Amino acid sequence: MIAIIDYKAGNLFSVQNALHFLGIENEITADPKKLAAADGLILPGVGAFPKAKESLDEKGLTQLLLELVETKPLLGICLGFQLLFDYSTEFGKTAGLGLIPGYVDRIDDFDHALKIPHMGWNQLHIRQDSPILGQVQEGDSVYFVHSYRAFTGQKYLVADTDYGDMIPAMVQNRNIYGCQFHPEKSGELGLSILKAFAERAGGL
Amino acid sequence: MLLRQPIGKAGNKMKTTLAKRIIPCLDVKDGKVVKGIHFVGIKEVGDPVECAKAYNEAGADEIAFLDITATHEGRGTMIDVVRRTASEIFVPLTVGGGIRTIEDFRVLLRAGADKISVNSAAVKNPQLIADAADIFGSQCVVVAIDAKKYENGYHVVVHGGRIDTGLDAVEWAKKVEELGAGEILLTSMDADGTKQGFDLEMLNAVCAAVTIPVIASGGCGSLAHFSEVFEETQADAALAASLFHYKELTVGQVKDHLNQKGIPVRCLRKLEAL
Repeated sequence: MIAIIDYKAGNLFSVQNALHFLGIENEITADPKKLAAADGLILPGVGAFPKAKESLDEKGLTQLLLELVETKPLLGICLGFQLLFDYSTEFGKTAGLGLIPGYVDRIDDFDHALKIPHMGWNQLHIRQDSPILGQVQEGDSVYFVHSYRAFTGQKYLVADTDYGDMIPAMVQNRNIYGCQFHPEKSGELGLSILKAFAERAGGL
Repeated sequence: MLLRQPIGKAGNKMKTTLAKRIIPCLDVKDGKVVKGIHFVGIKEVGDPVECAKAYNEAGADEIAFLDITATHEGRGTMIDVVRRTASEIFVPLTVGGGIRTIEDFRVLLRAGADKISVNSAAVKNPQLIADAADIFGSQCVVVAIDAKKYENGYHVVVHGGRIDTGLDAVEWAKKVEELGAGEILLTSMDADGTKQGFDLEMLNAVCAAVTIPVIASGGCGSLAHFSEVFEETQADAALAASLFHYKELTVGQVKDHLNQKGIPVRCLRKLEAL
């Protein structure tokens, strides 16, 4: 079973819809027992970083996640991806989960040369192989919506995308994975990423 | 990290691989797809979920539903249409038509919509934009602006273009951005239905005034109109209803054309079965 972590941060149902469509057993939950019993964890999220982190803290999920990732894979999506890093500067500096070295800061618009948020389909450039690439090939497009971005080391970078600067799109640190874009809104290609994660987790 | 030198200065647009989006729109009445010809003699043509699936397979970057149902019962049907669509297709889904309250937003987002478009209710009550952006995030708030050219500029019109609100469309676009809209869906009521091409002048006026994405709507009738709108304006996406609905053009043809013109688009590739 794949647990979709419920911490009241945006639309969890589209991730659930995608897993249902793929025939992957899943549950939206914040129950520590259920999270501990899951094969893999998905941390979705839309919204502001500080509020999301506060919500994780209040529900006692921050500490629990740090323990659970010792034994099971975690996939962060969009804001959930950003939460994987050390900190974000959105509305002041807020600590993240610190599961992937790096930080999150506003996307540079190069003096209004680019629109913020970075919204729409953009191309992935693969920097290293990873189990969660699914059927992604060099140059394939996925759906992004974000105003903040990660800065991280090449070591953790699976794929990036060009929006004025090369922006991390997929990252991995051991069994911790993240997608800045929305695989659940990136057509069949995005579904292949979720399926690959579930296979990696053994939940399929 | 790979870092590139910034090449844009204020006012300049930077080249990016971000795709220009092609959005087929489905007009839905009482749970069925219809396409009005000049808003008179509405023709009923099919199941919205099946239509959305077909567009998804053709490579649509987003799907838009415009609910033109007048009755309360019919609106419940729309929620079901959204729910069924969201469980079968996995590209962003925008729903508009008759959205008046935060509760309308909530119900449709819960049903699986990703973005909600508001039109006349936002004109009447601009606070709705701010409230929705605050509660659900700007990314899901699309403000639809229907505009017409008048002697002193573009005016926002409502009720299918029948009522001139007197509001200046460019000023209104700036205002909705300030209020927290994440995107503007700009329909030229002069161009709509003419198939003579998008209203480039109106699009340029609005795009120059805002920094949020603008979706061009109204007037497209040929492949050339799609490349033209992306070459000559800063529009981020193009929306069309009847053109795709009556299969005068397919989404695939439009993408191939744009690709040949060097305009970035998302190309579909055959994948292994999931």
